[in-house]
Formats: sequence, structure tokens, C-alpha cells
Amino acid sequence: MDLAVVELSRLQFALTAMYHFLFVPLTLGLSFMLVIMESIYVITEREIWRTITRFWAKLFGINFVLGVATGLTMEFEFGMNWSYYSHYVGDIFGAPLAIEGLMAFFLEATFVGLMFFGWDKLSKQGHLLVTFLVALGSNLSALWILIANGWMQNPIGSRFNTDTMRMEVVDFYSVLFNPVAQAKFVHTVSAGYVTASVFVLGISAWYLLRGRFTALAKRSMTVAAAFGLASSLSVVVLGDESGYALTDNQKMKLAAIEAMWHTEKAPAGLTLIGFPSVKDRTTHYEIKIPYALGLISTRSLTGQVQGINELVLHAQERIESGKLAYGALEDLKVDRTNDAARAIFEEHRADLGYAMLLKRYVTDPQTASHDQVMTAAWDTVPNVPVTFWLFRFMAGLGFFFIGFFALAFYFATVRRFDVKWFLRTAVLIIPLPWLAAEMGWVLAEYGRQPWAIEGVLPTFLGASSLTVAQVWTTIAAFTLLYSALAFIEVRLMLASIRKGPEPRRAAAGATNEAKSGAGYTPLPAE
Amino acid sequence: MAIPFDYESLRLIWWLLMGVLLIGFALTDGFDLGVAALLPFIARNDEERRLAINSIAPTWEGHQVWLILGGGAIFAAWPYVYAISFSGFYLAIFLVLAALIVRPVAFKYRSKHDDAAWRTRWDWALFVGGFVPALVFGVAVGNVLIGAPFRLDSDLRAFYEGSLLGLFSPFTLLTGLLSVAMLVLHGAGWLALKIEEGAVMERARRWGRFAAIAAILLFAIGGIMVATMPIGYRLAGVIDTAGPSNPLWSTSVPATGAWLDNYARYPWMLLAPILGFAGPALAYVAIARRKQALLFAGSAMATVGIVATVGLSMFPYILPSSIDAQSSLTVWNASSSHLTLWIMLVVTLIFLPIILAYTAWVLKILFGRVTLADVRSNPDFY
Repeated sequence: MDLAVVELSRLQFALTAMYHFLFVPLTLGLSFMLVIMESIYVITEREIWRTITRFWAKLFGINFVLGVATGLTMEFEFGMNWSYYSHYVGDIFGAPLAIEGLMAFFLEATFVGLMFFGWDKLSKQGHLLVTFLVALGSNLSALWILIANGWMQNPIGSRFNTDTMRMEVVDFYSVLFNPVAQAKFVHTVSAGYVTASVFVLGISAWYLLRGRFTALAKRSMTVAAAFGLASSLSVVVLGDESGYALTDNQKMKLAAIEAMWHTEKAPAGLTLIGFPSVKDRTTHYEIKIPYALGLISTRSLTGQVQGINELVLHAQERIESGKLAYGALEDLKVDRTNDAARAIFEEHRADLGYAMLLKRYVTDPQTASHDQVMTAAWDTVPNVPVTFWLFRFMAGLGFFFIGFFALAFYFATVRRFDVKWFLRTAVLIIPLPWLAAEMGWVLAEYGRQPWAIEGVLPTFLGASSLTVAQVWTTIAAFTLLYSALAFIEVRLMLASIRKGPEPRRAAAGATNEAKSGAGYTPLPAE
Repeated sequence: MAIPFDYESLRLIWWLLMGVLLIGFALTDGFDLGVAALLPFIARNDEERRLAINSIAPTWEGHQVWLILGGGAIFAAWPYVYAISFSGFYLAIFLVLAALIVRPVAFKYRSKHDDAAWRTRWDWALFVGGFVPALVFGVAVGNVLIGAPFRLDSDLRAFYEGSLLGLFSPFTLLTGLLSVAMLVLHGAGWLALKIEEGAVMERARRWGRFAAIAAILLFAIGGIMVATMPIGYRLAGVIDTAGPSNPLWSTSVPATGAWLDNYARYPWMLLAPILGFAGPALAYVAIARRKQALLFAGSAMATVGIVATVGLSMFPYILPSSIDAQSSLTVWNASSSHLTLWIMLVVTLIFLPIILAYTAWVLKILFGRVTLADVRSNPDFY
């Protein structure tokens, strides 16, 4: 196993996934905001709402297309760079990906064309239905990919098959209703809704500051304020902390996020801030809220939250047990009828993955020394300062958005669209939800290390047998291609925003309202 | 719950479904790729180019999902195939990926700017996004036919001993060109259905006639090469069609002409190569007689026939190994578990009809020819 290939493959996956995730949250949220805006158009029949819907749909389209293009990479990249991973867990992990294609991708991709080209070919209700199906499709795709990801974090419903040397599904129902996946889904789509709300609100605020298209801006702002308030509450309250008590790795992730080195007497305190030190294995200058962590993560007064040191000792035990499973598996490879080996394997099968952690240090885990076992056990701790700080920034932003949208909602309700400092803030904070979303992704996936599949397959074993040169080639090419596309995308987005909504063609049966000027650009400043 | 189908049948069904998905891709997105590859040759000015582009603009996105779903379904039903082919053909897959990433962006962004240089750049991007995948898919299929240089160790980890240039040999170049000819013909077939008569259609006919002849010739030469060159494998020893999916437990031997065995054993399979020849011939005749629907029927027949020929010739092989026949992947040794195949079949049986239904509905809504007058007046057009 060439560790340089592993590290480069991880880098490439992170680059392409994080780039893809620049477009996904906006698609998730903006698609539903289009449904809301178009519903208002269908109900009120006021031309302005058609203009509003079409304007945001244009920006949606520019964003959507890059989400689709970069999503293709994600579908292929498991096989390209993570060949052994694909073999080892394809039996389970492949299924949600395929279902995502059947249930979600076809829906959104088939109807998105009609959404843009079908304005004159469909009735109002028909077009609204099409817009809704696009939104449904993109949100369903989030559901399935998070079921796949949830299984990586909490691999239930499956077991290792010694004949095929891979994990196989035994209970599909529990893979589907994995609590980690459910929590992640709600958290992620809510984050997408917040992103879209900030986007719409920010651009509307910019129009208001410039006194352009104010009729569109005020109405858009009202929709965004309401949708954003609900979503920002959902993203924080229904965060994905609920899964943290489930598995060893999730417990470890929680301990790392909290920089909690030792198990405390229940209920444990929540570290508000501090400076975790990996070298000293302690957190300096902590400020703690008593009892809070125990209450939040175990939902009880008596549930214990384990500290890093205790979890490492537990990992050490599992590695020792895993060595026995590994040895038995080697015997079974030679003779699958060896009953003694099968009995040992059955007893220790749950810890097979832990023995594989040793493969970083020895070819045959059975021969590992005590020191190597201890090193591998400490490998199960993710990077504490990184997870600690990422969580605090992300959660901090989450609370900030609640406050921000509460304020926006208030201003929209009392119809104050002229509060300059608020409008300026709204423009300035446009990038923040993207920052929070990317931090959330890093926290979830970097916090999962050293595992690709928690407790089952270490990341470094999952890579393909590629050369360093091959992976560098694609990293360089992806970087060039993606940078160029990002540059073009932002330019087009800005140009479309500057240009604003487009007037309706006179030929398309101008209604009285359209004639009165409500749907035309530039809209008079009110 | 007991699974109502045995393992062997489910493997066979999933082999067929993989064929359905790949043919679905070739049949739908195939003409999108073909039109994009034809773009520089059939359109001389911006309006003509927009005419061609808008004939596929509203639907190509849905069509591409056949490929994405193909990837996902192979991952779920044939994990070995997904793991080994995508990592083995690493740089080739990347080329396809890069071309297909540029394509959607080119569609969407091309006409957003009224600037000749901007549009010319995106038109070339569209051409690359059509031509490169068409060629590389063909080259990849050629490599699947001759076998890929991989071996599996006792953990079933795959090691690949080839390079990007190693993918190109006379035979695989031939299959690459066949794929281009087939998809260009299909692109011309689509244009015949979807755009108005005029200069663009005339040029598409000329290229279509050329592609039809090329497809017949290349398909025939390919057949002769498969019969006479050391291409093909046969299973040896006891074949356990319902055994665990472990490729190392079965034995293969290389054998010249083995890819033609199935036609002697199951003569009905000859239908596929017959379609592969009859399709382009029909398209040629249709062009001469200026029958538009017939041209599309011919190009569709060609596409189905040629793709099906590859799959049927190799059965039960999916991806043989050229350096370690023992590691070869077949229908009987490379699938996912019995339970996964069953669950995925249920999901597919529910959703595939729904997909086909709404795709048909969308096609109905968008029915009708694209005209230059539309291109000039419709603000929703690219």
C-alpha cells in the first residue's frame, strides 16, 4: 500500500467533494424557494411573481448545472480512487447510490429541462408541478447520499462474508432507517435552505441599497426571511448530534469535538471554549457549562460521555481481539472448512477492522508488537484541535443565522426595507453559509478518520492501486478545470444579478398587469 | 423473508439490466453526443449552431442520468466490475469525466453572452464533450473485449498493470471509431426528427450517410478480428452459477474465437449483429429517400444492435483479465450478494416504469421540430 497514493487520493476526494458541495446547498434550498415563489404566482396570478420566479430560476440554473457536472465526478470517483473500498462495501454502499439515480437524479434532470423550456408549453399549475418535481428530486438525492454516508459513520445491517472477502447486507431496513443518516439528512437539507435564504436575502438587499428592482427585492426578501428563519432553527435544533452516542467512532468524534480527554462523572460539562493540546493530551483554559454535554448527547442525567483516553484503551482491546479474527480469516482463506478457525472468527468478527489499522505498521497484523498496537489505538483519535475549532465556528454561525433571520423576519413583517446597516450586513454575509456547510462536511468526514467505514475499513486500505503520477495528473487537471469553471460561474452569476429580471416577451400574450409595468424591468424604485 | 428468485436467475436478470441501462444511455444520450460531435461540421453560423444545440438542450440532462445510473447500478450489482474497471481505466475515465463536465456548462453558458469569441470557445467545448466520450467509450469497450491487465490477490484487492497508452491498440482504435460512427449516425437520426428542413439538415444527412457506411465497415472488420485474433476466453472446470462471488474460485483460459461461441450455442443471439448491420443500412436507404423517421429508426437499431452484440458475445464474461485469466470477472463470480440483487431488482421494477412514463410525458410536451424562427424569438432558448 503506497501511503502517498492514499494521501493524494484523500486530497483529491476532499477537493472534488467540497467543490461539488459549493453548488449542492444552493440547489437544495433555492429549488424549494422557487416552488414557494411560483406557488404565490399561481395563487395570486400577479405577474410580478412570475418575474420573480423566473429571475431566481435563472440564477438557479447557472448554479444547478455545475452541481450536476461535478456530481458526475463523485459517482465515478469511488471506483477510480477507492477501488478496494468499492469492492469491500459495494454490496451495501452501492445500493443507495443506485437508488439515488433511479429515484432522484432522473426526476430532477428530466424535469429541469422542462422547467426552463416549458413556460409557454405548460399550464401554470403544470409548470408549478414541474418546478416542485425538480425540488423533490434534488432533495431526494440528498436523502440517498446521506443514507450512504450515514452507513459509513454507523455501519449497521451488514456483516463480513469470508467467502467473498467483503461486507454484505443482512438487514436493508436498518441501513435505510439508520438514525445517523436520518439526522444527517435533516441537518444537511436545512443547511441548504439556510444557504439559499441568505443568498436570496443578500442579493435582494443589494438591489434595495441600489434602489433597483425594489418590487422584486422586497417580495423576495420576505420569502427569504420566513424560509430562512424556519430553516436556521431546524439546522441548529435538529443538528446531527443525536447520533453521537451510537458507535465507538461517533463517541470518539464527540470526545474530540469537545476535547474531552477523560471521562467525567455524569452528566458531563460542555466545553464552551478552550485550547486543546494534542501534545499534552489536555485542554488549557477551558470554560465549561456544567452538565450541558451529558444532557445534550445522552438525553439523561446519568448517561456517561466517554473521554478520549478511555476510548483509546477500548480501541486497544478491540485491536487485540481483531488480531485473532484476522488470523482466523487467514486460515479460512486456505481452508474454508476449518471449523476451529471459523469459531474463532465468529467470536471476534466485530473487531476485524481494528486489526486492519495495524497494516499501516506491519504487513501481518498478527505479528504486531505492543507498541504498534498502542500507536494504532491512538490512531483512532481524530485531529482534536481541528474538530474542536471547526465545530465551534460552525455552531457559532448556526446561532448567528438564527439571530440574523429573526431580525430579517421582524423587518419584513413591519415592512422596513430601508434599514441600511441591516441591508449591508445581508450583502456581506452571503459567503458565510457556504463556509459553515464546508466546515460541517470536513467535521463529519475528517472526524471519521482513520476510518473509511467506521470500525470496518481504515481509509488507507481503501485506495486503488494507482501511481502517484496518475493521481497528481488528475488533481492538477481537476484543479485547473474546476478553477476555470468557478471563475466563469461567478462571472455569469454576477452579470445576471447586475442585469436583473428580464421583461416578458410582448408576444406571449401581455396581460393587463404586465402592461401596467409590474413585471417589467427596470422596476421603478418605490 | 425468502427471496423468490434464486441467485443464478438474479445474476442473469442483473446482467440483462446492466445491458438495458447501457443501451438506454447509448440510445438517448448517444444522439446528444453525436449531435455535439457533428456541431462544427453541420452548422456554419451562430443561428445554425443554436438550432442544433436547442434540438437537444431540454433533454440531454435527463439522458445523461442513464450513464450516472449505469455507474451506480454497476456499483450496487457488480461491485468488482465497478471497482476494477474505473480504477484500471483511471486516466481514460478521467478524460470522459472532464469532457462530460465541460458539456453541461457549455450548453448552459454558451448563449448567455452575446460575444462571438465566447460562443466559439463553448462550441468547441461542446464538440469535445461529444466526440471524446464517444471515442473513449468505444476504446474502453474494445479493451473490455480483449481483457484488461489486472490481477486479484487473496484479499481480492485488484492490481492493474497497464497505462493510458496501453489502452490503444489497432483493435481498440477500431472499436473507438465504430462507437464514433454509430453515435454520429444516431445524432443525424435525431436531427432528422427534431429540426426543420434546411441547410443544417442537409449537412447532417451527408455526414449521416458517411457514418452509416463507416459503421458497417468497422463492425464487419471488428467481427473478423474477433474471429481470427487471440481475443476471447472460455470458462474451464466446474462452473458454480450460484456460488459465492469470488472470482478466484473459477478458471478461465484464453481462446481465439471464443467470443463467437455463443452464436453457435444460442442462434437467436445472431439477432444482435444482424441489427448492427441492418440498422446502418436502413439509415443509408432512409437518407437517400429522405425518410426522416426511418433514418432515426435505422440509427436506433444500429445502436441497440452493436451494443448488444458486445454483451452477448462475451457472455458470461463481463471483464476478463488479460494477464491473469483466473481473475476474470463473469456473471457468476462478480455480483453482489443474493439479497442486494433482490432488493435492487424490486426498487428498479418500481422506478424504471415511472421514469419511462415521465420521460415520455416530457418528450410529448416538447414534441415538435425546432426551427430557426424559434431560435430567433424564444427567450428561453440557449
